[in-house]
Amino acid sequence: MSYWFRNDNRLPQARLAIASYVIVGMVGLLLLGFWKLQVVDSDKYGQMAERNRVRSIPIIAPRGRMLDRDGRVLVDNYPSFSILLLRDDPALIDKSLPAIAEGLSIPISDLKDQLETTKNLPKFQPIVIKPEANNADVAFIESHLFDIPLLEMLMVQRRRYLPGGFMSHASGYVGEVSEQQIEASNGRFRPGDLAGKTGLERQYNDILTGTDGMRRVVVNSVGKEVKDLGHLTEQEPIPGKQIQLTIDYDLQQVAEQSLGVRPGAVVALDPRTGEVLAMVSRPTPDANDFAVRISADEWKSLNDDPLHPLLNRAIQAQLAPGSVFKIVTATAMLEDHVPEEGFKTFCPGYGTFFGRQYHCWVYYAKTGPRTHGVLSLHDAILKSCDVFFYNVGMRLGIDRLSYYGSKLGVGRKTGIDLPSEEPGLMPSQEWVERVFHRKWYAGEVISVATGQGAVTSTPLQLARLIGGIAMGGVFKQPHMLKDAQNIGEERFPISEPTVEKITDAMYGVINEPGGTGGKLKLAGIEFSGKSGTAQVIGYGTRDRVGKEKKFEDNAWFVGYAPRRNPEIVVSVLVQESGQHGGEASGPVARDIIKAYYDKKARKTQGQLTADDERYDLGPGAAAALTIHAQPVVKSASGIAPGHAASVDPER
Amino acid sequence: MNDAPGTRDYDWWLLAILATICALGVIEIYSATHGSALAGMQNKQLRWLVVGFVLMFALSRLDYHLILDQAPILYLIGIAALIAVLAFGHTRFGAKRWIPILGEFLQVSELVKLIIIIVIARFFADVRTDELSLQDLIKAGLIVGLPLALILKQPDLGTALVLVPLLVVGAFLAGLQWKHAAAIALIGLLMLPVAWRVMKPYQRERVTSFMHPEEDAKGSGYQVLQSKIAVGSGGFWGKGFGNGTQNQLGYIPVRYSDFIMSAWAEEQGFKGVLLALGLYMALLLRLVQNAQRAKDRAGMFLVMGVAAALGFHVLVNVAMVIGAMPVTGIPLPLMSYGGSATLFVFLAIGLVMNVRLRRFVN
Repeated sequence: MSYWFRNDNRLPQARLAIASYVIVGMVGLLLLGFWKLQVVDSDKYGQMAERNRVRSIPIIAPRGRMLDRDGRVLVDNYPSFSILLLRDDPALIDKSLPAIAEGLSIPISDLKDQLETTKNLPKFQPIVIKPEANNADVAFIESHLFDIPLLEMLMVQRRRYLPGGFMSHASGYVGEVSEQQIEASNGRFRPGDLAGKTGLERQYNDILTGTDGMRRVVVNSVGKEVKDLGHLTEQEPIPGKQIQLTIDYDLQQVAEQSLGVRPGAVVALDPRTGEVLAMVSRPTPDANDFAVRISADEWKSLNDDPLHPLLNRAIQAQLAPGSVFKIVTATAMLEDHVPEEGFKTFCPGYGTFFGRQYHCWVYYAKTGPRTHGVLSLHDAILKSCDVFFYNVGMRLGIDRLSYYGSKLGVGRKTGIDLPSEEPGLMPSQEWVERVFHRKWYAGEVISVATGQGAVTSTPLQLARLIGGIAMGGVFKQPHMLKDAQNIGEERFPISEPTVEKITDAMYGVINEPGGTGGKLKLAGIEFSGKSGTAQVIGYGTRDRVGKEKKFEDNAWFVGYAPRRNPEIVVSVLVQESGQHGGEASGPVARDIIKAYYDKKARKTQGQLTADDERYDLGPGAAAALTIHAQPVVKSASGIAPGHAASVDPER
Repeated sequence: MNDAPGTRDYDWWLLAILATICALGVIEIYSATHGSALAGMQNKQLRWLVVGFVLMFALSRLDYHLILDQAPILYLIGIAALIAVLAFGHTRFGAKRWIPILGEFLQVSELVKLIIIIVIARFFADVRTDELSLQDLIKAGLIVGLPLALILKQPDLGTALVLVPLLVVGAFLAGLQWKHAAAIALIGLLMLPVAWRVMKPYQRERVTSFMHPEEDAKGSGYQVLQSKIAVGSGGFWGKGFGNGTQNQLGYIPVRYSDFIMSAWAEEQGFKGVLLALGLYMALLLRLVQNAQRAKDRAGMFLVMGVAAALGFHVLVNVAMVIGAMPVTGIPLPLMSYGGSATLFVFLAIGLVMNVRLRRFVN
């Protein structure tokens, strides 16, 4: 062993001293580094730490409710939970995805698709992977707080509509905003926000939409909210404003029940004000299906349905008005005295014009005579004689007919406060030249005069038209918002004798022997109206191919009461029912008008029930939703004229 | 030869500094882990500290000359252990560094650090000239180079790097000539591209993210950024014990170990940093003082080897926390949680005590 080093005590003191200085210098430099971070740039890093830990979580503002004219709730909200996926930690997402897919019963491919489509969004922005959580989902999230710290529940407000598609075309529905809506909204919408897509939801979206609040929460490094650290400042959401509609819940309910499941539409108006009292379209989807994200398949099947359930027939069905249009022809005749008021004609069941036979509907009548005999205008309206109006139309010519038709609103939008209203069509010489590049055939006016051929209109248009004529030529703009200001009004002065004669005839349709609505009488009410049975195809063609349902006639009835200056006008369309307007549609109009007067009587006699008295406009009104029995029409049976759901005790 | 030094000869100042640093560490480990899945970690650390103290006293009783005598054998044992760990070692976190001893996984390279301190002290003590010849310098380089290469192979860049200052400080105190130093520095510069090519991808990534932290906001650049946010947001006075949001909410990476200084700085602020770094400076200066008072060159080399290792750890770790150096995975001695690393520090201090106890012995 070598012991020499025990005695070697030459120590490099100078270099050891240098080591000391190096140590002091090193610590000094490190302290300088800390000084820069902690004192010089402290504010900057303080803010970064704050941004790290504090996240803003939106508090969804509830949409404004929709109330009926008496303050009863028609459309409401309910709170629900959406499941959010935090995207701060991609590696953890990859690892947890199968477990999440299984736990929340979402196909993993769906999750991957959603992640893929949102990959360009900022990482701190969570995405909604399940819009409506059920109890099992909540349990799953709660029990995996630690091993899958990526799921968060966000309380949202969902729309609740009355079930069974009640008023769903008028109310419309909400859905996630489209990319175009986001772009057009000037930053008001974010992806995932709800906005009205159709109907009143869309029309009054700005009023109904509230301002979302903001909750600032503390989150940990995977973005998960840390509950026990409490929330910081909170910005309260501002709920959307509720809107009160002109709709009368009672009348709407009667309309829904009375039309049943038959394809068609009902519009009830107060012609004095233009207020829409009821609006129904069939078939109807349940708007509640849209309140939660609708699947692509459901959407496709709704869109591809040959019955077009998404169409609001009340304002979008452009169909031949049939005999209802004879009121236009009659007005033109009386106002222009072409032919003179005393004009009479003989109806043998058909008329021959330009070498061709045009049949009257009576020619095909199943019972009774096949002719109308000699008629005046009054009788022609009562019995809806086609031959009479063929002759009147021939004498009037298309220019006069077209002038009156469009002045009375055919071919023009009524301007109702609903999106996507259709104008219908009032044919004219100018129109055929523009569209078909040909001259008007003189014979075409024969069809137009009886509401066939190219002329089309919507149920709403006809309600406005008949109501306006009965008002003496004052046409109020139909609208659905009760407090609407500056209601449009069109005046087309019709001479008093003309109004008298036409309203007399429409009164006769129901209340005189031989009228097409003879079975519709209502005791004590001046129920008037005009039926229409519009061919979908020509009678001749129908005879050739047989009576298949899809070629059946469209049944119209526009009824109102009282005879002059009506309080209510109801336009009813029942599509391809195989029945005449008076049979298929008349009872619907009658039910609604009867319900209107019944309610009015109860009001004046002070017999309003609790239901009628619910004028509560406060937040507590939500409870009203569950009280009313809903019109649920399940089967297609029993939709024949008797329609069991009628409220008329006399039937 | 009186070989029974009294207890008053222990460096009680050094021990007090040591204990204070350990206390700071335990406090911060508690703060960083309580309420998380790692709660109770401070107790495990306390256990390591107790074991460390015992080992330190044990090692201080054994004359360091006897230890130095066995340097060649220790060296062979160290090399063999490194080879063994490469062959049979336990893989954790993608590196073969651990072997199971007494139910705990110990990092062999920590033990090797200690052995290299001893071997270097012995080697330079054997050099009897005042100036270090090139021949001896190369020899020393080879002695350190072999274990360094083996540790790099694990791979463990951090621990491997610690061997470098042992050699540098040893050579410097042994009379390293300035021209040799300049030449080595030049060669080192030239070798940098080569080193870059043999680096593992994750190591390169750490270097690039250190150079351009903003380009990598989620990888190791993210770690450094979060650490800087923690340190900076602590301000001068700190957010207070248990109130560091970066710490408590898990934004600081491995906040109880490599980045414990970050957690400490956030909660205790600049004043706390001043205290901690002041303690480390006092510890290191105390070591140098012990070296200056060592009885012989061999003892001086031992103490300075320990000082070099600890100083390097502190520098690299703390510089990493404030974003001044890339992430290398070197823990902060005595404060970071870790069994092997804690034991290494105590054994190293044991060597220092050993030298101090025998400073008056002839």
